[in-house]
Amino acid sequence: MSAIIETNNLRKTFSSGPTAVEAVKGIDLVVNQGEIFGFLGPNGAGKTTTMRMLTTLLRPTSGTAIIAGYDLMTQEEKVRMHIGYVSQSGGLERGASARENLELQARIFQFNKQDAQVRADELIKAFGIESFADRDVETYSGGQRRKADIACGMVHRPKLLFLDEPTVGLDPQSRIQVWEQMKKLRSQGTTIFFTTHYLDEADLLCDRVAIVDQGKIVALDTPHALKAQIGNDVIVIGMSAQDLERLMPQELFAHLSGIREIIKEKDTVRFLVNNGEELLLQILRACDKAGIVLTTVNLHRPTLDDVFLQKAGHSFKQNQGAP
Amino acid sequence: MNLMYDTALIFHRSLQRTLRNPVWIVFGMFQPLCFLLLFAPLLEKLTSNPAFGSDNSLTVFTPGLLIMIALYGTSFVGFGFIDDIRSGVIERFRVTPINRTALLLGRVLRDVFILFFQSTFLILLAWLLGLRAPLAGILLAYGLVLLVGFTMSTISYSAAMILQSEDALAPAINFFLLPLQLLAGIMLPLTLAPMWLQKVALFNPFAHAVSGSRALFQGNYADSSVVWAYGSMIFIATIVFYGASHLFKKSNE
Repeated sequence: MSAIIETNNLRKTFSSGPTAVEAVKGIDLVVNQGEIFGFLGPNGAGKTTTMRMLTTLLRPTSGTAIIAGYDLMTQEEKVRMHIGYVSQSGGLERGASARENLELQARIFQFNKQDAQVRADELIKAFGIESFADRDVETYSGGQRRKADIACGMVHRPKLLFLDEPTVGLDPQSRIQVWEQMKKLRSQGTTIFFTTHYLDEADLLCDRVAIVDQGKIVALDTPHALKAQIGNDVIVIGMSAQDLERLMPQELFAHLSGIREIIKEKDTVRFLVNNGEELLLQILRACDKAGIVLTTVNLHRPTLDDVFLQKAGHSFKQNQGAP
Repeated sequence: MNLMYDTALIFHRSLQRTLRNPVWIVFGMFQPLCFLLLFAPLLEKLTSNPAFGSDNSLTVFTPGLLIMIALYGTSFVGFGFIDDIRSGVIERFRVTPINRTALLLGRVLRDVFILFFQSTFLILLAWLLGLRAPLAGILLAYGLVLLVGFTMSTISYSAAMILQSEDALAPAINFFLLPLQLLAGIMLPLTLAPMWLQKVALFNPFAHAVSGSRALFQGNYADSSVVWAYGSMIFIATIVFYGASHLFKKSNE
């Protein structure tokens, strides 16, 4: 498998006056040809900044990257010829139809008029948007627009497609359709690099994921491997903040075996364990003995959210605001 | 890549989008129409004043009106551009090999193109109302009108690119536009103005454009104001466009 993205210590510092903000603090990653690669992290983690650098929209402060075979720092033009990019806002011109947008995009990539029409037609069929392709983009629903957006990113048949938060704001059914479309593109050989803050989506869709936090990659592997790394089960118990304050989990649960890690949060304690069913009862007993009133108890298989918590030491969801 | 090819693409598409909502072009014509029908008749009694410059009030007023629609018709084009920035259109183009200057030039030429038709309409209407001017003079004045439109449209897109907010763009444009207009002698010739005002107006390229086109409408092709008008407008248009294309080429930060 050959690499289609390869970055080396990519950094971005925004300076406004005397203050400098290090948005991206050294990203090293390799994305292989033909995979769906998820770039995950809470808002403000540096996801979008990284994607904007990889797509030539932002110039890195330092570091190097090879994108689709070309040097990001010296061959921007070539990189642009060989990647597709769909921003969060999509970028279709309102006051024109999807077909017109597709044709103009093709013309920008030097298709002649006839070829541009043929290509637009192909994409309209491939993305199943025939029923509304000739209407003004302004009249589309969120899901319809997203399909047209992605079609527009594929006009010049790029080997590598960047999608920035492709499912944000979509209804569940449209989300699933976007996922199907992404899988279809992968099956046709397109590599997809996308950002998301939906961890369940990444888990379902990605061959590999990188989790970023505060401008750095804190974990990078297949979802399966990442989850296996932290244990077989996760137990979460909830209690009042006062109880949690006086609780010393390390001491209270020291006698139990099979606990790999204990993570204390605002009003919950999370146990990464090897044998959840067995330990659940023992943990409950220990709490009971210490006079702790539990408000919730939960046992589940590890999720990427647990991975993030363990790697970054704070909750993914806390940073999201309202879901 | 190819400036001409890409400019033609953007020109064509933006014109197409404008013509789909021609109602805005019609609205844009309403104000100059009002001036022509409701204000120009006020000037007739002024023609006896030698400083007015002609015995046909429309020959003096129409050139000023043309520069006015060139100023006002193009100053607010940045609003549509902010909409395109916000909906990601410009960003999408930035990740293609499209020539950066074409993104600007295609739109500016669309504005100039529309301005050409608006001017023609106004001249024809003024002719019906009594304007008389030599064809060569009118054609040469077109050059000045289009240069003014070219300059203002470029400035408007640049301001939109820098400010990226409608709320900031409107006051910014109005702040400059009104004094520029008043100092251009659009309503009345500056020859009627006190000396100090005439001196200040010397620094306004649009004032030169107005007096130049007035001289042209009166058939004074060799008048120094014509040279001044073309000289200052070409100068200012070149500088503005150079600066703007630099702004459009620069990738973010």
